[in-house]
Amino acid sequence: MSAALSRKLPGRIVLVLVFGFLYLPIAVLVLLSFNDSGLPTSWSGFSTRWYGALLANTDILRAAWNTLIVAVFATVISTVLGTLLALGMETRRRKSNGLEALAFAPMVIPDIVLAVALLTFFSRLGLAMGLHTIIISHVIFDLAFVCSVVRARLKHFDFSIVEASRDLGASGWTTFWRITFPVLLPSIVAGALLAFTLSVDEFIIAFFTAGAGRSSITLPMQIYSMIRFGITPEVNALATIVMGVSATALLISQWLNREQQVP
Amino acid sequence: MSFNATRPTLLAAPGVAWLVAFMVVPCLLVLSYAFFQRGVWGGVEYTFTLENFARVADPLYAKIFLNSARIALTATVVAILIAYPAAYAISRAPRMTQPILLFFAVLPFWSNYLIRTYAWIVLLNREGLINNLLRALGYTGEPLSMLYTESAVITGLVYNYLPFVILAIYSTLSRLNPELMEASRDLGAGPVRTFLRVTLPLTLPGVAAGGVFVFVLSIGNFVTPALLGGGRFQMVGNLVYDQFLTANDWPFGAALGAALILTMIVLLLLQARATAHASGERKGEAER
Repeated sequence: MSAALSRKLPGRIVLVLVFGFLYLPIAVLVLLSFNDSGLPTSWSGFSTRWYGALLANTDILRAAWNTLIVAVFATVISTVLGTLLALGMETRRRKSNGLEALAFAPMVIPDIVLAVALLTFFSRLGLAMGLHTIIISHVIFDLAFVCSVVRARLKHFDFSIVEASRDLGASGWTTFWRITFPVLLPSIVAGALLAFTLSVDEFIIAFFTAGAGRSSITLPMQIYSMIRFGITPEVNALATIVMGVSATALLISQWLNREQQVP
Repeated sequence: MSFNATRPTLLAAPGVAWLVAFMVVPCLLVLSYAFFQRGVWGGVEYTFTLENFARVADPLYAKIFLNSARIALTATVVAILIAYPAAYAISRAPRMTQPILLFFAVLPFWSNYLIRTYAWIVLLNREGLINNLLRALGYTGEPLSMLYTESAVITGLVYNYLPFVILAIYSTLSRLNPELMEASRDLGAGPVRTFLRVTLPLTLPGVAAGGVFVFVLSIGNFVTPALLGGGRFQMVGNLVYDQFLTANDWPFGAALGAALILTMIVLLLLQARATAHASGERKGEAER
């Protein structure tokens, strides 16, 4: 018993230290968002006034609305395109290296490079930039992530049930909606939730493709301008909400993905 | 099979078209800008030149490139040194808890980068939590200025990219055949020797994958140096940012971006070769 414990102890210590390092800074922020003074200097009592201040801040509300528009549109488009791309790639007879690289690139390309490339592209086209150009840009990496999540599910997909359905006389369309789609649905939703959080949190590409003016500012851009010059108590509350939304979406996404790995 | 020969192509077409139109074409376009001259009033003058690339190698900019490579390398090494024991501990946890531990190790990575960086401003500030704790513990000297230092920048980079390195190393550790370690122990090697001679070499591909990722994202970063370095430390990312948004020298910014991508491609190729080499070695050993 004690020998087993001493064998496990170093691992436990490492895990406590690393998880402490990862989560303490976040925990401090969350705690601080409920601090009446809003400053890390002293705890002056529990309060939700900073959350109230957020609701009264029209800049933040507009940024939140913009973020929602961008994330919803980018998620819908990328979920459709990403799922189709995954189906296309997994049903090909031969693997294409070019296609693999194309679908992988958005996940590894440094965001600053993609950001300046898109800025150059949109201004060369003479396209007025705004929320629509942010949406176009976000779909690029969102669709790559949706595609990789759906493909992981397709790898375990038994295509013989598709054949069975066709043999029994169902059309390709019926087969898709009655067989393939229901099987893929958990992974499609998981991919969509991942795309949504990525889009809500993305800053650099949005910053470069939003164009001039304040009308198309998103939440991360708003947060950046608020934290550039130090601590603002309102940001703690905003950060807590944003992280809460992301964490919830990711937990659901992960849960959906786990369910499907059982069979 | 209901999927005939043309259907996969049709299915993939919209996504492929999107990626080509909005990723491949813009990247090629910005790369082409690197070969043109800067116009007198900003803009781009379509005269061929290699001057922009020469400027990347200019001592002034080469120094920034090397300095940010040094900061990025430090962040990479620190991240690996923290991530390896963490990934190892996760891989040794009971099988049922491993996915949960891994999920919570990676969760911060998917959340907002700016917020995670901002959390460190709160901690490191002169009026921040760490200085307050020190004062509460009886420290009476000047508050430590930890923010706006190189260490703050490195801490921020490590903090933000650590989850990915843990994931990369864990994925090689979990695929490791435990019999190899048992064999090493049976043949008389101690735990340290088994780790150094068996476990570590076999997990190097994961270390390399995580390392390349941290290095490339760090060297191209502009948010962390701006927020935690107070603009006093320039990374290549900041240079690119400046050329596009303040100096209005897009051709030079494009050349810097090209240098960044080139660095990434070279590192990824080296990593792929190292991985192939490691797996080839393993195969060779198995045959013997």
